[in-house]
Amino acid sequence: MKIRVKFRKYGEMKFIGHLDMMRYFQKAIRRAGIDICYSGGFSPHMIMSFASPLGVGLTSDGEYLDIEVGEVLSSEETVRRLNQAMVEGVEVVSCRRIPDGKASNAMALMAAADYEVHFREGKEPKKHWQEDFEKFCGQSSIMVLKKTKKGERELDIRPLIYEARVQGNGIFLKLAAGSSENLKPELVMDAFASYTKTELPEFALLIHRQELYADVGTDKKQCLVPLESLGEVIETARQ
Amino acid sequence: MRKLALDDSILLKIEKPARYIGNEINAVYKDKSKTDIRFCMCFPDLYEIGMSHLGIQILYDMFNQREDVWCERVYSPWVDLDGILREKKLPLFALESQDPVKDFDFLGITLQYEMCYTNVLQILDLSRIPLRAADRGQKDPIVIGGGPCACNPEPLADFFDLFYIGEGETSYDALLDLYKNHKKSGTSREDFLLAASGIPGIYVPSLYKVTYHPDGTVAAMKPAKPQAPEKVRRQAVSDLTSAVYPKKPLVPFIKVTQDRVVLEIQRGCIRGCRFCQAGMMYRPTRERDLKMLEESAHNMLESTGHEEISLSSLSSSDYSKLPELVTYLMEHFRGQGVNISLPSLRIDAFSLDVMSKIQDVRKSSITFAPEAGSQRLRDVINKGLTEEVILEGAGTAFDGGWNKVKLYFMLGLPTETEEDQKEIAHLAEKIAKRYYEIPKERRCGKCQITISTSFFVPKPFTPFQWARMCTREEFLERAYTVNMEVKAQLNRKSMKYNWHEADVTVLEGVFARGDRRLSSFLLRAYEKGCLFDSWTETFQGELWMEAAAETETDLMFYTTRNREKDELFPWDFIDIGVTKGFLYREWERALNETVTPNCRQQCQGCGAGRYESGICVESR
Repeated sequence: MKIRVKFRKYGEMKFIGHLDMMRYFQKAIRRAGIDICYSGGFSPHMIMSFASPLGVGLTSDGEYLDIEVGEVLSSEETVRRLNQAMVEGVEVVSCRRIPDGKASNAMALMAAADYEVHFREGKEPKKHWQEDFEKFCGQSSIMVLKKTKKGERELDIRPLIYEARVQGNGIFLKLAAGSSENLKPELVMDAFASYTKTELPEFALLIHRQELYADVGTDKKQCLVPLESLGEVIETARQ
Repeated sequence: MRKLALDDSILLKIEKPARYIGNEINAVYKDKSKTDIRFCMCFPDLYEIGMSHLGIQILYDMFNQREDVWCERVYSPWVDLDGILREKKLPLFALESQDPVKDFDFLGITLQYEMCYTNVLQILDLSRIPLRAADRGQKDPIVIGGGPCACNPEPLADFFDLFYIGEGETSYDALLDLYKNHKKSGTSREDFLLAASGIPGIYVPSLYKVTYHPDGTVAAMKPAKPQAPEKVRRQAVSDLTSAVYPKKPLVPFIKVTQDRVVLEIQRGCIRGCRFCQAGMMYRPTRERDLKMLEESAHNMLESTGHEEISLSSLSSSDYSKLPELVTYLMEHFRGQGVNISLPSLRIDAFSLDVMSKIQDVRKSSITFAPEAGSQRLRDVINKGLTEEVILEGAGTAFDGGWNKVKLYFMLGLPTETEEDQKEIAHLAEKIAKRYYEIPKERRCGKCQITISTSFFVPKPFTPFQWARMCTREEFLERAYTVNMEVKAQLNRKSMKYNWHEADVTVLEGVFARGDRRLSSFLLRAYEKGCLFDSWTETFQGELWMEAAAETETDLMFYTTRNREKDELFPWDFIDIGVTKGFLYREWERALNETVTPNCRQQCQGCGAGRYESGICVESR
């Protein structure tokens, strides 16, 4: 049976990169005594996939991984066991059963992500940057140079920004995410900086991912729902 | 939540910030206001190396079991962070509390190989602890060294307050108790060190005076204070089964060299290879009880979540209950996706059967360490591996589907001739020939024989401590001879030859059998920028040579000089267990090409019997 685990990553754990987080969860799942399924062969590996890698330095309230399990425990029990195996800086918040099959994969479904961006103390842009940001968002197209494996290419990122606004003393962004179209918040902020004819100083941003979404709408109309909501709570343990 | 010693702008700039943040699974956190002694344990190399070391895991666990001690860790900052700490004048810190190392009561540094000595100075320097013990004051931590290189601590004598000689499990409690009283009563640092010298296994270098003959050899080494013992006796655990062993080893976030549960099945080795320091120093061979190992395996796999368990010992095949243990591990853990790795295993029907069950035959290789190419030279070094055994093992493996073989040798062994060197290639050729005897349709492609040679370094407390070491040029010439001979073989296309760096080996030889006069040489090399000398990318041979010239250090005195039977060695003040008489007897037997039976076959009266444990008290 497939299970979707949602977790938070905060504090000093932001220095642990994606590949190491995968290794961390592999070991944590074993410590928690979760009956995870393995692939066959001489070096069996856990059947586990993460929705989206989170860059080093970023924190998050909405990370996901899908795992395949044999014995099924209640959502509550799985969350409890996993949290006993966590270190400070990672917290499992939910665990839900999801439909079998590749189509339900978090990675395949993912369509958007929410981010909260703050400027580090002393690294804020000039005064009234909020007004500039509203104007920046009002543009019909935002052309950026995107570095790819083959070199650089011009790209209009405006269609990939689903929402963008000033929020408190920071910025809220809802951006395209996933395997087909993906926009990083850093790229939006770089584009904003060049729009104001400035450059962001090193380590100017504090980026926090809030949630990851799947698109359950049609080709014409997008309908974003948190990845978590595609699963159902497992009430009692059963085989 | 703790505050990290380094801020984001530093941690996001350097390679692998996870090396410096602590917080690993099973790391121990205590309230520092409620502990009497803060101990910082250091492995003076990169985090990934240090975290793979079993000894530190044992001591970390042992110290932290004491309520009055909080033991934390520190590793060498890589060159990127090293530069930043110096530039920003930030002190080196321990991983758990992130507090400066300078604030600790003890800094314990494990000495696993000679080429980490500049890293020892880096740790002291970045911690802002005076490099020389003589310059330290009441508030500085007590700097204590241990580990295999502490069996000749003399090149580092000036930089350490104490050395612990032998296995850590036995005397640390006494030392910590003594320190606690010293701290409470506020006695001076000197008084504490003097009292510490009375604890078995503790060596206080500042309490000894060394005099030299005109030819540079040691004339005498005498205690300067009557309380200090003439001889420091190496410590050994008598019963390994009841000795402490971690139930919850640390689990790093980043991939380290030894990313698995390590089960130490025995200590010591019965074989008596004459080049091998560990084989002489860790006598007597002591086994851990099967039941204890099984329980340990469960505990550690459950508490770490590791997906691999490795058996650790100098020669696993000599563990008397090996089949039982391996069968147990396979039955209980294979189904849970746990891999079992069995290094240092003799290749025979049993090990091949086990290997075929736990790894993919097509991908894995079998390993032999004949150490010398000819039978004559193998007799000299007392390596009981014969050509017949190697060919039979390789043959069985080939028939079982393996086609990769790794061979390990040493070059520059005592009495080694050109013929011995060429025999390395000939042995590889015979193995290849054995492979191609299998009918074509039954073998899978070509075989791959990888030959690796390292250069021989004579080590203290081995029968070869009297041996002359080769020069850099001699080493490289020997590697060249092997390389040419490999290329002259019929099956050369199935062979690959790798050899080790010679410059590093020479320095290793200098420090291995060095004395206290080397401290200025070491310090100069460090001041010139030598660091991480065991890493090819950071080793700076030319700086070492400059340091030698500037400090008028004659490296050849330590390496290529012939030593007389009755020369007093700088490490002779240590009573290691095996006697000098036994070692010299073995040296003579080596020169006579006479093999010595192993401990299980026949006792040789080496001296380790006085520990009254392990193989020495078992019925043979």
